[in-house]
Amino acid sequence: MKKVLKYVITIALILVILFFVQKLFMPKYVSDVTEGRLIAEYYEEEMDHDILFVGDCEVYENFVPAMLWTDYGYNSYIRGSAQQLIWQSYYLLEDALRYEKPDVVIFNVLSMKYNEPQKEAYNRMSIEGMRWSKSKVDNIYASMTSKEHFIEYVFPLLRYHSRWSELEEEDIEHIFDTDVRFHNGYYMRVDAKPAKDVPGGEILGNYQFGDNSYKYLDMMTKLCKENDIELILIKAPSLYPYWYPEWEEQMEEYAKKNDLRYINFLELQDECNLNWDEDTYDAGLHLNYYGGQKVTKYLGDYIKNEIGLKSRRGDEKLEKIWNEKLELFNSDLENKLRELEGE
Amino acid sequence: MLFTSYEFIGFITVLFILFYAIPKRFQWILLLAGSYIFYYLARPVYVAYIFTTTLVVYLVALKLDQKRAFQEAYLKEHKDELTKEEKKAFKAKEKKSRFHWMLLGLLVGLGILAVIKYTNFTISNINGILSAFGSSATLSFVDIVVPMGISFYTFQAIGYLIDVHRGTIKAQRNFFKFALFVSFFPQLVQGPISRYQDLSETLYKEHKFDSKMFTFGLERILWGFFKKLVIADRMLIGVNALIKDADTYKGAYVFVGMLFYALELYCDFTGGIDITIGVAQCLGVNVTENFMRPFFSKNIKEYWNRWHITMGSWFTDYIFYPITVCGPMLKISKWSRNHLGETIGKRVPIYLSSFVVWFTTGIWHGASWNFIVWGLGNFVVIMISQEFEPLYHRFHNKFHLENNRPYQGFQVIRTVLLMSCLRTFDCYRDVPLTFKMFGTMFTEGNYNVIFDGSLLNIGLKISDFIILFIGVIILFMVSMFQRKESVREQIYRISYPLKVCIWFGLFLMVIIFGIYGIGYDATQFIYNQF
Amino acid sequence: MDELLEILQDLHPEIDFDSCDTLVDDKILDSFDIVTIISEVNETFDVVISAEYIKPEYFNSAKALYELIEQLEDE
Repeated sequence: MKKVLKYVITIALILVILFFVQKLFMPKYVSDVTEGRLIAEYYEEEMDHDILFVGDCEVYENFVPAMLWTDYGYNSYIRGSAQQLIWQSYYLLEDALRYEKPDVVIFNVLSMKYNEPQKEAYNRMSIEGMRWSKSKVDNIYASMTSKEHFIEYVFPLLRYHSRWSELEEEDIEHIFDTDVRFHNGYYMRVDAKPAKDVPGGEILGNYQFGDNSYKYLDMMTKLCKENDIELILIKAPSLYPYWYPEWEEQMEEYAKKNDLRYINFLELQDECNLNWDEDTYDAGLHLNYYGGQKVTKYLGDYIKNEIGLKSRRGDEKLEKIWNEKLELFNSDLENKLRELEGE
Repeated sequence: MLFTSYEFIGFITVLFILFYAIPKRFQWILLLAGSYIFYYLARPVYVAYIFTTTLVVYLVALKLDQKRAFQEAYLKEHKDELTKEEKKAFKAKEKKSRFHWMLLGLLVGLGILAVIKYTNFTISNINGILSAFGSSATLSFVDIVVPMGISFYTFQAIGYLIDVHRGTIKAQRNFFKFALFVSFFPQLVQGPISRYQDLSETLYKEHKFDSKMFTFGLERILWGFFKKLVIADRMLIGVNALIKDADTYKGAYVFVGMLFYALELYCDFTGGIDITIGVAQCLGVNVTENFMRPFFSKNIKEYWNRWHITMGSWFTDYIFYPITVCGPMLKISKWSRNHLGETIGKRVPIYLSSFVVWFTTGIWHGASWNFIVWGLGNFVVIMISQEFEPLYHRFHNKFHLENNRPYQGFQVIRTVLLMSCLRTFDCYRDVPLTFKMFGTMFTEGNYNVIFDGSLLNIGLKISDFIILFIGVIILFMVSMFQRKESVREQIYRISYPLKVCIWFGLFLMVIIFGIYGIGYDATQFIYNQF
Repeated sequence: MDELLEILQDLHPEIDFDSCDTLVDDKILDSFDIVTIISEVNETFDVVISAEYIKPEYFNSAKALYELIEQLEDE
């Protein structure tokens, strides 16, 4: 008996130490590449959203959930992450459906262009924040590049151990940090860098989206149909990466065939009143807050008029949650504006 | 499947559990299945090679045993009818016939090895000769897959065959048991080259779980991982940087690279062997030790008795002695003693067979000239030191250096340096370049780069050097503890909390400071290809 | 036996081969010596000591070596 106890204590102690070490070595995404925190933040939410966005940076930098609440009364959340691949979007959606059932899901179709796993670093940012579920496991298997191993997702220490020589104070300070830093998945920027001489697309050998991409788009369509969710495909207005007419054609056709709504914001730049001198912070790749407001307005109007989603203003619980959120949002906005002036 | 891969760890974990879970009489069958799966996973076609060698050697060994039994039976039956001379003649005839059978086995086993490993080397040499004679004709290289560990299992099988021929062991009648002897997976990748009489003692036995031995095995595996991942692979980053840009890294860099390579090779190779022996030990199988702290040797000869021991003794038993005492060599011996005088004469056979051994050792390591030159370099150094031995002896006696500590230290360092120098041949893998680079150590005069931070440009950060330094200290301390008795026995006796701290500390060091994963790309064991 | 002792004595006059039984273990005989012995034995006794017999147990003492020779002569 005593012997058993001895071993139990030893193993428990070792596991605790390993847990701490692992936490210590994981990137904190606090002062740098903050987008790494996006996926995990979702679980801190009260999960009762009307609209859920999935997709890459073209969603989390272009749409402003705070505005969808204030102006339309829609409670929305963006499950976006950097270079989120289509199967990652699918599995993030699948994962979210375990907790809630939104009325509308919006997916940005740019990631159709990637038929295979791309970069390990982006995989990590899109997957690591997920809670463990079958969706996460499937997501990992769908996303791994040839040099990755499943076990390195289970024990991220095996992946990040090489950070031993780069550990900083930040890693200790924020070791258990779960603070929310984004606004319902929105990444806010207020600075501007005009879009000039945006390069056109290079000629591609093949414009056909891959089978794998279509497979997951089909799965997403099916998942939404089964759950009675309105799936809206969008193409954000970002000028770059270039969106080819051949791609546009395929998406339009797909939407038609599957009876989906498809909004290409690239064609709606004038209607949205986008000004590429002021509304982007990186010369046309992503919108800043000003551009985001314009696009969000179009989307909000569209959902209100075309889908008829009801406003939830007046819902006490939501109002309370959003009052807090808006306070944070506004102070963040003020800080950013002040910072910009200070420069 | 590399030893340092998640797959391997998973593989042995499953194997260990199964091994002690199934009925004990099936344990060796599990090992055989595991070994073939291991080999199959590396590349399915490998199985065909190892199976062929196994089958041929198995059959020939059986035949040899049969013939020996026949001879005995015949002599017994005709005991009274035959004269002594007739008996002798019969024996001689039988011996010759057995010899021919063994030769057949050798030809097949070595033939496969030779064709696979040396065809392209031969072609490239023929091409070299052709072009030297102004011919523009060239032979094209053939595309051959070199099966993992082919040299090791071939040598093991051939050692067995020769032993059966000599009558020192009886042939294994069970084909599957013999197949396990040839293919036992822990030593398939990089040796050691086990002898049948050693390995068979524990290989087929029924093993009860022995927690002490199992712990020892795991400790050994962990220690191997430490040497390989924390030290060797870290050094390899630097070594590769230095070798790949030979134009930039001359002089002092060659010196640093030389020492780094020596230590890297040591940690890589012995680390791999530690994992091999550890895994085998967890399975209750005793595999012969392959190293005995070689870097503490006082001379090259001693070094070779302590480094890659099983290979050295294989060459001694199956090549060196047979050549030295074969008929023609005895004639040469007699002739040279008569014509060249006793002193030189008695050296001739040894020199000749040593030459053959070291040439073979070189070419066994790799089918290229740099390895051959490296092997012959060892030959020259060993012969010279052997010749000077009486002189040394007198010198030592005169100054009472035999048990003088500082002098022993000097001898050890001298040996390490000498070995490291020779190793530069398989570092640069190009004979003329090696000579050139070696020369720059004495001409470049840039030894200040060792201290002025230039070494931080070879892919290693200051933090890496600190880890290397600590790693080498640990290595040295362990070697010191080893002098007394097995370090694991010493750990076994200390208190439980301290024990756990040592294990867990080592484990954490491997996990954190090991060079593996996406952050780094683990390199293959150097000895894998040999 | 005397013939064998003569061979050995020629190599190392300083050793008492009658009593010494650690010839290999104490490194009195090196590999040169062993090869020479085998060669001489071959001439004198018409016996081939093949490689498998090159082991300390056969070369540690003159007695052991002689027994080996006798055994080989019989074969």
